[in-house]
Amino acid sequence: MSDTAPDNTEIKSHIDALKTYKAGFVTDIESEKAPKGLNEDIVRFISAKKGDPEWLLEWRLKAYRHWETMPDPKWAKLDIPEIDYQDAYYFAAPKMANQPKSLDEVDPKLLETYEKLGIPLREREILAGVAVDAVFDSVSVGTTYKDKLAEEGIIFCSISEAVKEHPELVRKYMGSVVPFHDNKHACLNSAVFTDGSFVYIPPGVRCPMELSTYFRINELNTGQFERTLIIADKGSYVSYLEGCTAPMRDERQLHAAVVELIALEDAEIKYSTVQNWYPGDEDGKGGIYNFVTKRGICAGDRSKISWTQVETGSAVTWKYPSCILKGNDSVGEFYSVAITNNQQQADTGTKMIHMGKNTKSRIISKGISAGKSNQTYRGQVKVLPGAEGARNFTQCDSLLIGKECGAHTVPYIDSKNSSAVLEHEATTSKIADAQLFYCRQRGLNEEEAVALIVNGFCREVMQNLPMEFAVEAQKLVGVSLEGSVG
Amino acid sequence: MISIKNLHARIEEKEIIKGLSLEIEAGKVHAIMGPNGAGKSTLASIIAGREEYEVTDGEILMNGKNLLDLEPEERAAEGVFMAFQYPLEIPGVPMNTFMRTALNAQRKLRGEDELDSLAYLKKIKPLAKTLGVSDDMLKRALNEGCSGGEKKRNEVLQMAMLEPTFAVLDETDSGLDIDALRVVADGVNALRNEQRSFLVITHYQRLLDYIKPDVVHVLADGRIVETGGPELALRLEEEGYAKFVGEAA
Repeated sequence: MSDTAPDNTEIKSHIDALKTYKAGFVTDIESEKAPKGLNEDIVRFISAKKGDPEWLLEWRLKAYRHWETMPDPKWAKLDIPEIDYQDAYYFAAPKMANQPKSLDEVDPKLLETYEKLGIPLREREILAGVAVDAVFDSVSVGTTYKDKLAEEGIIFCSISEAVKEHPELVRKYMGSVVPFHDNKHACLNSAVFTDGSFVYIPPGVRCPMELSTYFRINELNTGQFERTLIIADKGSYVSYLEGCTAPMRDERQLHAAVVELIALEDAEIKYSTVQNWYPGDEDGKGGIYNFVTKRGICAGDRSKISWTQVETGSAVTWKYPSCILKGNDSVGEFYSVAITNNQQQADTGTKMIHMGKNTKSRIISKGISAGKSNQTYRGQVKVLPGAEGARNFTQCDSLLIGKECGAHTVPYIDSKNSSAVLEHEATTSKIADAQLFYCRQRGLNEEEAVALIVNGFCREVMQNLPMEFAVEAQKLVGVSLEGSVG
Repeated sequence: MISIKNLHARIEEKEIIKGLSLEIEAGKVHAIMGPNGAGKSTLASIIAGREEYEVTDGEILMNGKNLLDLEPEERAAEGVFMAFQYPLEIPGVPMNTFMRTALNAQRKLRGEDELDSLAYLKKIKPLAKTLGVSDDMLKRALNEGCSGGEKKRNEVLQMAMLEPTFAVLDETDSGLDIDALRVVADGVNALRNEQRSFLVITHYQRLLDYIKPDVVHVLADGRIVETGGPELALRLEEEGYAKFVGEAA
């Protein structure tokens, strides 16, 4: 038993608390951790634990040395105390005698955790049609449907495995969209990333099922630094979903992920996120710092990348899934719902960089602020000189619930080509008392009424989620806004 | 049976309902007529539980319960329905979603099983057809971009689905042309039965040509000043409200 493992009463109290944050329980499981703090030795320790090849260790060390010289980004509208990077663990793994070869070897307690979260890890869930890679703290614990996908030539595995089995692909693409020096959080991730998912879809293949990763932070004081790399080769298609939860802790926890997407000629990647990290309590105690760098490149002509995100969790969110539209006629999309309640803060949006001719981008952002929360939409549309005929449409809608919250919209538009057509629409509204009363007269209580109205407000975005998750996301909207009225 | 006893209510410092009493037996249709500003719509809002009105005295009894002690949604589950003068729009929420959510919320409050989508569709399809509400309308966001007539038909469809024991129609005729009025009135008439009571609030006699009341009340200055049969409505149409306004003041 590790020294931080909770006793039964603590587990019980966490389970009691599930009414408010349904993923807030802790799994009592033995784990193996690196010593607290961050230095070159820790980076080497992680690298050794992962059995990295030499080139990857070198890459990590380069990133670490660069990271030390970088200041924290301060431009976002976020009020965050100075982060003590030495006061966290950078590696935690559930203790297993050996790397499991199949799901039967995985600790049943781990499987139970995922079951509680409603994640179909077992193949008996075949009907759900979802292939899942589950990352528990720092280690990928099982990838389902691997064999079935392999028949199509699709590679879906943990990034650690990809480093060993497909080094040529990893070396070619990792860091090609988000260089290690891109920003401080991405740089930290490059130095200490522990796991994440890897996907490769061969030319002309349409991935027959939704691919999914489930991230969970279980250990106390642990950061999670996953890295996801998805490559869609010419004319292929893949839809990918990630979900995230963490137990309720009073301490702030750091999550700095990097996601890179590469779409070659005529390929399409649809990436959806349902982010429900623990948001902290009503007074802003605890919760996850969610500092994520997500970027995709439409490298080939007529390729398409579509980001859909439903962000309801985390104490602080700093996240801008972006598209580099390099190929001619390529398309980038960003559909976002961000909900903040209580003391949550979110600064989120996107960047659309138009490089190729006739590139198109579409941004639909729906922000809902409640309680004392604050959120900012920050979006950049950039048209480079060569992007003849580029088009962008941006729509940013904010909905305020109550009088103490804030919503801000910060669009940056930068066009270097006079043939570009850029449209921007923005609205801010409140839930009218009359609307609430109308719903209540029909039998809905106040919270159900708010959930219904907010789901209507977000519908355009929710419709882009894969069916299996749309229902879940709708429920999450209701849960996130509990206690926001009355 | 619904029994309103000595109701007093105000908004901020202004008293609007000043000792109103009224009894409606099961299965009866009562109409309330009155001049503008008499407190007609206020009465409807108070019955349904709108919070901006403060009830300072009196009670509203239904099935032996004082509605004033209940939240709006609990009143709805007890069988109170209000057809709004200006039905609200809820962007992005299809009528079907709204209706099923409302129906199941009420069923849950009453401790009944929720309806699955199949059972729900089986229930709404024939009712929607009778009221001329198309499948397309059911899939569209609630009342968004609807004409006045379409919104009122939606209200009646909701009433038919929720099967209230006490329905309050607040100026349902406002904004309707004669054809729309007839469709809506037919819808209401089809719902009349021995258990269900109606309170029809209107400024004009016209609606009562289509929905025939059993009893007509005149509301002026926050009180019922006269009660009679259907012929009272006709008399008001001829004589106007001037007499009552004078009397009450």
